[in-house]
Amino acid sequence: MKYFYLVWCNLRRKKLRTLLTVLSILVAFLLFGYLAAIRQAFNAGIDVAGADRLVVRHKISIIQLLPETYESRMEQIPGVDNAMHMTWFGGIYQKPSNFFAQMPVEPEELFDMYPEYLISDEHKKAWLDTKSGVIAGRQIAERFGWKVGDRIPIQATAWTHKSGSETWEFDLVGIYDGAEKGTDDTQFFFRYDFFEESRAWGSGLVGWYVVRVDDPQKAAETAATIDAEFANSPRETKAEPEGAFIQGFANQVGNIGLIIMSIVAAAFFTILLVTGNTMAYTVYERTSELAMLKAIGFSDRGVLGLVLGESFLLAIIGGSLGLGLAWILVSMGDPTGGTLPVFFFPVKDLLLGIVLIGLMALTAGILPAMQAQRLQIADAIRR
Amino acid sequence: MSDGRGNGLLVNLDSVDKVFKRGSEEIHVLGGLNLGIPRGEFLALMGPSGSGKTTLLNLVGGLDRPSEGTVEVGGERIDKLSDRKLASWRSRHVGLVFQFYNLLPVLTAQKNVELPLLLTNLSRAERVRHAAIALDIVGLSHRAKHYPRQLSGGEQQRTGIARAIVTDPTILLCDEPTGDLDRKSSDEILDILQALNREQGKTIVMVTHDIHAASRATRTLYLNKGMLTTEPEE
Amino acid sequence: MANPLNWFSQVVSVTRFNLRTLPQRKGSSATAIFGIAGVVAVMVSVLSIGQGILRTMESSAAPENVIVLRSGANTEMMSGLSGDSTNIIAEGPGITRNEAGAMASPELFVVINLPMRSTGTDANVPMRGVRPQAFKVRKEFRIVEGRNFGWGLNEIIVGVGAKLEFAGLDLGSSIEVGQELWAVVGVFEAGGGLAESEIWVDAAVLQPAYRRGNSYQAVYVKLESREAFQNFKDALSTDPRLNVKIQREAEYYASQSTMIYNLITGLGTLIAVMMGLAAVFGALNTMYTAVSSRAREIATLRALGFRSGPVILSVLAESLLLSLAGGIIGAALAYLAFDGFRAATLNWSSFSAMTFSFDVSPELLVQGIILAMLIGMIGGLLPAIRAARQPVATALREL
Repeated sequence: MKYFYLVWCNLRRKKLRTLLTVLSILVAFLLFGYLAAIRQAFNAGIDVAGADRLVVRHKISIIQLLPETYESRMEQIPGVDNAMHMTWFGGIYQKPSNFFAQMPVEPEELFDMYPEYLISDEHKKAWLDTKSGVIAGRQIAERFGWKVGDRIPIQATAWTHKSGSETWEFDLVGIYDGAEKGTDDTQFFFRYDFFEESRAWGSGLVGWYVVRVDDPQKAAETAATIDAEFANSPRETKAEPEGAFIQGFANQVGNIGLIIMSIVAAAFFTILLVTGNTMAYTVYERTSELAMLKAIGFSDRGVLGLVLGESFLLAIIGGSLGLGLAWILVSMGDPTGGTLPVFFFPVKDLLLGIVLIGLMALTAGILPAMQAQRLQIADAIRR
Repeated sequence: MSDGRGNGLLVNLDSVDKVFKRGSEEIHVLGGLNLGIPRGEFLALMGPSGSGKTTLLNLVGGLDRPSEGTVEVGGERIDKLSDRKLASWRSRHVGLVFQFYNLLPVLTAQKNVELPLLLTNLSRAERVRHAAIALDIVGLSHRAKHYPRQLSGGEQQRTGIARAIVTDPTILLCDEPTGDLDRKSSDEILDILQALNREQGKTIVMVTHDIHAASRATRTLYLNKGMLTTEPEE
Repeated sequence: MANPLNWFSQVVSVTRFNLRTLPQRKGSSATAIFGIAGVVAVMVSVLSIGQGILRTMESSAAPENVIVLRSGANTEMMSGLSGDSTNIIAEGPGITRNEAGAMASPELFVVINLPMRSTGTDANVPMRGVRPQAFKVRKEFRIVEGRNFGWGLNEIIVGVGAKLEFAGLDLGSSIEVGQELWAVVGVFEAGGGLAESEIWVDAAVLQPAYRRGNSYQAVYVKLESREAFQNFKDALSTDPRLNVKIQREAEYYASQSTMIYNLITGLGTLIAVMMGLAAVFGALNTMYTAVSSRAREIATLRALGFRSGPVILSVLAESLLLSLAGGIIGAALAYLAFDGFRAATLNWSSFSAMTFSFDVSPELLVQGIILAMLIGMIGGLLPAIRAARQPVATALREL
């Protein structure tokens, strides 16, 4: 547009001031983007949780174990398609800060229940052939530099080995990848039969069950039916959709979403104040120029547009640079060095960021722009 | 651009009052004023400060409205136009020259002259061409790419005049155009204005307190206490 | 060099002049103040979370207390001690004795799922099975509502933090454990420590409910003095009947909280730095604008004979004053809104909930104000220097 040149030149008037304003907008959007990635990391599992999966645990507490025999009973329940058990091993690899989940499972069941864990046929077959075999997610394999064929020792904390020692030795036979960006690829799965024959206690007991229902719409109903089946038994169950289960954990960490939103809001509010004030001042400074433009024939709305145009240009430059920088920083990886299951800049937040750029431009610029619009030529022209 | 009918006047003010409100006070700047300006006249308006010269100029140029009375320019009743129509009218019919030049410091001389053309439908190439012509008329082609801060006072005012004539307006309004200039520069400016009037037939209304400037005009009127006279008040 | 007194009086008069014109620049001054207040408020609030967690951890530890876990266990959850072992531990040297015997408290640590009041979703609530010595070993333990549970009965007492965060723990209500109902008969405080996030019950009642036989997870011991630690530790480590890990309570709690404290402090600092940067740019902008709006006044002053030094200082003084005001407002806001605000988070080590209060400590408030002044200093210095350096003639002509 022919007016773009005018808007652009006006911003070059006080280069330092324009630079500072752009920089503060940049930082606000950098913060927004980075915190969006962190919030996503905390809420990771929820988005990719299977809509057709339930988690069934001991009713009293998650640390209580359930009998292995519940599996076949659950599969008889109408509405249930398949059930598999998982147990929390909770061992330590080298040192406690190298935290990752380790779980004994039945291999075929795992891939049936979690089709989002992708593995080559070769690795899958190797796992089925090797009793002490283990498959690991790509993220932890890369983090610890594991190669297929490595022997991996894990220190048990609760599950003492039958031999009396605390050390369990596994063979890495395969690596799995997550199908989606949010899929957890930091887990370590070994075989349940190996676990059962090697553990010193707890024979026949497992941690919890993952159940796939026929009809996701009836998930809550099916969950209730499962609980009813085991009510009044020595080990009662609590079944709930996978997403809800994970959300419960996130809620325990703290209402992260709310905290982050408040911080971002505070940052934006601060920047808005400063930008708005700067814009108001530039309008004031240019009173006679704006009046001159009106005198030679620019309409009231034209002058409004000019000021808003400056506001938008500032916001677009600062905002896109900020979002871009956030993208780059986020791609550099997990700031906590591996404890977050995922770390990426969600596209929906990127789009939200773009909307916010527009909103900021409008809010900061509208009052000064209206002031410019209402300038009375005769009053303003002299000084 | 239609010609004025009736009495061959380009500008016709009839029984014009102008009242300003300062808080609760009312200031009557102009009262029952009549003014007729024929096409091709170079009119100088003189008077003590505060007499309302600028106010009168603003009324002629459609920069302000009268409290009472009518203002007719080029056959059009501009006191009846809406603000938006007035702005549009000004862009086509009025050229303004200010005492303090009012150039945009962020634009070059050439871009400053092009400014009024942004309001037209001319293509970029045509805008550049018209601006170049205007700058040539005022003798500033060699300074086209310079910024206002790089120009002397006289050069800045010449740029101002180029901007004022670039749309080929019906009437040229100048508010103390030499007020901020030294004698030499003043003369240069007045030479240009006179040339525009004599050679191109431009109708010019100039507010000034400088007798030498007024002597260049074809007619001088004096404004005192809101009334126009042909003789200065003593 | 000019008379220092003269110089000083110049500073004062220019500053007073500047401050008197402050009301005319209400808009930009208010912006600077509130912008800085915002940054300080956010920084102090976020860091007070870390402080609160730290304080909870520190309040839990008594200097002469020791915790004994199974060797190799990092947390109570992962530890396991037989009833016999706990008796042997209670015979160790240097343990304070009271009328009931050695002050050694064997304890069982489990987790029970209860809904959070705020979200309705389940949280892992820590539940501790204790014997009589537990009340004596823990410092500052007292019942504030109701009474203690009866030994051998299905009765529980709850910490003040737990009661506020989780549903169903009011005095008089009951929680379901398996087929039975356990009644809440009392609420307790424990000096602000971790115990306040917990539910306490008779270990003898908890063991069968969780099928633990006669086993515990930890023994908390009160030694006669801090110095008795080494002797006690050596005796237990060399005892062939035991396979244990002995730590000072303070060390134990420190190791528990490290991860989440580092996470929050790290995150909080990152955010504070970014917002601080934004504030610096904003402050610079505001101050440059303020200076340019008074360019003519400043130039006039200098033309009249005031020297650059006083001019710089006066601009700086104004900037510092505004930022001090902003810092105080921001710190006050954070304090009023968040100090003592109760919240819960996940204790990564025991994977159970941990309640704490936001702690807007005096150190944090001071840090916040210092941050504000720093922003004011940076934001004021450069514009101040520019104001003083501009050639007077140019500045006077600038309209």
